[in-house]
Amino acid sequence: MKQVFLSGDEALAQGVYEEGLKVACSYPGTPATEIVEYLSRLPEVDAQWSVNEKVAFEVALASSIAGLRSMFSAKHVGLNVAMDSLMTAAYTGVGAGFVVVSADDPGMHSSQNEQDNRLLARIAKIPLLEPSSPSEAREFAKQAFQISEEFDLPVLIRITTRLAHTKENMEIAARKEIPQKEFKINIPKYVMVPGNAYKKHLELEQKLVRLKAYAEKSSLNRIELNDRKIGIIADSVAYLYAKEMYPSASFLKLGFVYPFPADKIKEFASQVQELYVIEELEPFIEEEVQRLGITAKAKHPSFRVGELRPELIPLIIEGKEKIEEPSTARKPVLCPGCQHQAVFSVLKKLDLTVTGDIGCYTLGALAPLNSLHTCLCMGSGITFFEGFRKGVGKNVVGVIGDSTFVHSGISGLINLAYNGTKGVILILDNGTTAMTGSQPHPGTGETSKGQKNRKLILEDICRAAGADNVDVINAYKAEELETLLRKRLAEDALSVVITRAKCVILLKREQKKHD
Amino acid sequence: MTDLKTVNILFCGTGGQGVLSAAEICGWAALYDGYHVKKSEVHGMAQRGGSVESHLRFGTLVYSPLIPKGEADFLLSFHPDEQARLVKYLKPSGKDLLPYLQQAETTVPDKKFINTYLLGALAKSLPIKEESWLQALALVFAGKRTAENKEVFLAGRNSHDLE
Ligand code: SF4
Repeated sequence: MKQVFLSGDEALAQGVYEEGLKVACSYPGTPATEIVEYLSRLPEVDAQWSVNEKVAFEVALASSIAGLRSMFSAKHVGLNVAMDSLMTAAYTGVGAGFVVVSADDPGMHSSQNEQDNRLLARIAKIPLLEPSSPSEAREFAKQAFQISEEFDLPVLIRITTRLAHTKENMEIAARKEIPQKEFKINIPKYVMVPGNAYKKHLELEQKLVRLKAYAEKSSLNRIELNDRKIGIIADSVAYLYAKEMYPSASFLKLGFVYPFPADKIKEFASQVQELYVIEELEPFIEEEVQRLGITAKAKHPSFRVGELRPELIPLIIEGKEKIEEPSTARKPVLCPGCQHQAVFSVLKKLDLTVTGDIGCYTLGALAPLNSLHTCLCMGSGITFFEGFRKGVGKNVVGVIGDSTFVHSGISGLINLAYNGTKGVILILDNGTTAMTGSQPHPGTGETSKGQKNRKLILEDICRAAGADNVDVINAYKAEELETLLRKRLAEDALSVVITRAKCVILLKREQKKHD
Repeated sequence: MTDLKTVNILFCGTGGQGVLSAAEICGWAALYDGYHVKKSEVHGMAQRGGSVESHLRFGTLVYSPLIPKGEADFLLSFHPDEQARLVKYLKPSGKDLLPYLQQAETTVPDKKFINTYLLGALAKSLPIKEESWLQALALVFAGKRTAENKEVFLAGRNSHDLE
C-alpha cells in the first residue's frame, strides 16, 4: 500500500484502474477533465479524448458490451450530450462493468448551468453512487464495476466540483487484471427495436426492485447513531459539511442514493427526534423522504441555488432563508497576448452581433469588449447564427473555437449550407482545447496518450460541409482580418474564416518542454 | 503523531501567483508528518488573473474540505486585495500573515520563491517537522533549485515575528 495525495477526480480514476478498467472515454470539461488525464498516463488503460460526449459514451459502452471494463466520464452538461445513449443503455445493459461519471458543478465555477444530475439516475433508471471525499471516490469506483456486472446496468457515479478538486491522502492498491468477458451475439438484448425494447423495459423495472433491496444492505449507506435529538440524512459533500458543523448529531449517510433505501430511511427516522435532510441543489432526497410519509425539515428553497458551504448548514437547520451575497472574487480575463483579444477588437469595431460559444473566447462578452452576445452550449455559436440571420439580418457573425467546432459545430455548418444560409462563421483556431487546460483534439492530430494520428484539417471539412469560401488568416493581423470580414460580409455566400494562432499558454508549455 | 484538532489554513491570491503550489507543499508536508489532510480549491479556467483560494486542513480526522467561515487559523495571502476579501474567514485568534508578503517581496530575490518564503513564515506556527517541509518543497518543485529553496524557506522560518 502506497500513500498518495489525490484529488477526487484522480482518486476515482485510481479506483477504476485498480479494478481492471480497460477503456475510458471523455471530452474535456471542468471539473471532470483530470479523470481521463490521470488515466491517459497509465499504460494498461486505453484512454481517449473523444470528439464529443455522445461519441465517448458509445465507444465506452460498446467496449463494455464487447467484454472490457469501461468508463465514460464528463461534466454534468457533457452527460446531456450523451443522454440519448444513456437512456437506452439502461435497456441494453452492459457486458463487462460500465461506469458513467457525472461531475456536476454546484455554484457554476465554470459552467453554463448548475443542473443536478442525481435526477438523471431516476430518469434513466440506473443506480446512483455518491462519494463524499476523494478516498470515498476511490472506494465507490471500486464497487461500481461489481454493481454494474451484477445488475447488468450502467452505474452512475456523481461527483461535484468541490469533490473533484479536493485532494486527500489515502492508500492505494495494485491493479487487478480482470479477464475479458466474451461477447456473444444476443439480438433481443442488444438490438433495441420496439419489441425487444419493451421486454428490456419490463426487465429494467424488475432490476430496480432488486437494486432497492441491494441499496438497503449496501455498506455505502450508513447509519451513525450519536445524539438522537438531531438526525441528519445527507449525501455527497453535504454530509461532510453537516458532520463538520454537527459532529455529535446522528447521521444517515447516503452513498448508494438511488434507488433509495426506503427502509433504511424509515429505520433512521424512527430512531431520532428531529429529522433533517441536508443536500446541495435540488430537493432530491427531500422529496423521497416526503413520499415515504416521513416528516423531515429540509432547506429553504433559496438554497436550491448555488454551492453549499459548511457555514450555511446551521442556517438550513434553523429553517432560514439564504442571503445572497454577491461574489467578490476577481473574474479571470483573457491571457495577455491571447488571439481572442485581437479578433474581438475587430468584431467590435465592425459593430457586429456575435453569436458565441463555449471556450476562453466566451470572455469576449466581458467589458470593455462586450463583443460576444450569446452563449448557450457547445455548438450553439453556429446554430444561433442561423437563427439570428433569420431575425436580425446580415450584421451577424457566429464564432466558435476549434475544439468546440469539432465537438458539435460541424453539423451546424452542414445545416447552414444545406438550408441555404449565407454569411460568416469564424473559427478561432488556437490549436487546442484551451479553457480546460490544453487538451489535444482531432484538429491537432494528437491523442490523449500523445500519439500522433491523422490530423483533421478544418479547411477541408468546412469545404466538404458546404462553405463557399474558407479563408485562413493569422489572428493577430487585425487590419487584414477587418478587410477580409468586410469583403465576406458583403458577399452572398457562406464563408468560414479561420483565425489561426496558437494559445499562448500552450506555446509557453511547449517551450518549457523544449528547455 | 499525537491527536491534533484540525488546523485550518486559507491560501489566497490570483491566478499564476503560486497560491496553489504553496498549498500543495503544505499539504504534502502535513501528509509526511502522518496527518489526515484535505486541500480544496477551485481551478479549471485556464485564463489568468482570477481569484484563487485554497483551503488546507489537516489533523487527526478532517471532515469538511472547506474551512467554515470564521474558523481559519492562518490566512496566507499573495495579494492584499484578496486578503481584504477573505479576512472574514480568519478566527478572532487567527494569524494573518499578510505582513510577511511585503517582507518577502522586498527580501526574496527571485519572485518564484515568494511562496517558499511565506511557507517558511507559516511553518513557525505549525506542528510539522522541518524535514517534512523540505521533502515537500523538493517534491512540488520537482527537485529543481533545492538549495535555493531551502535557503529561502529557512529565511522565512527564521524571520522576526510580524503578525
Ligand atoms: S488559455 Fe489560451 S485561449 Fe485561453 S485566454 Fe489564455 S491564451 Fe487565450
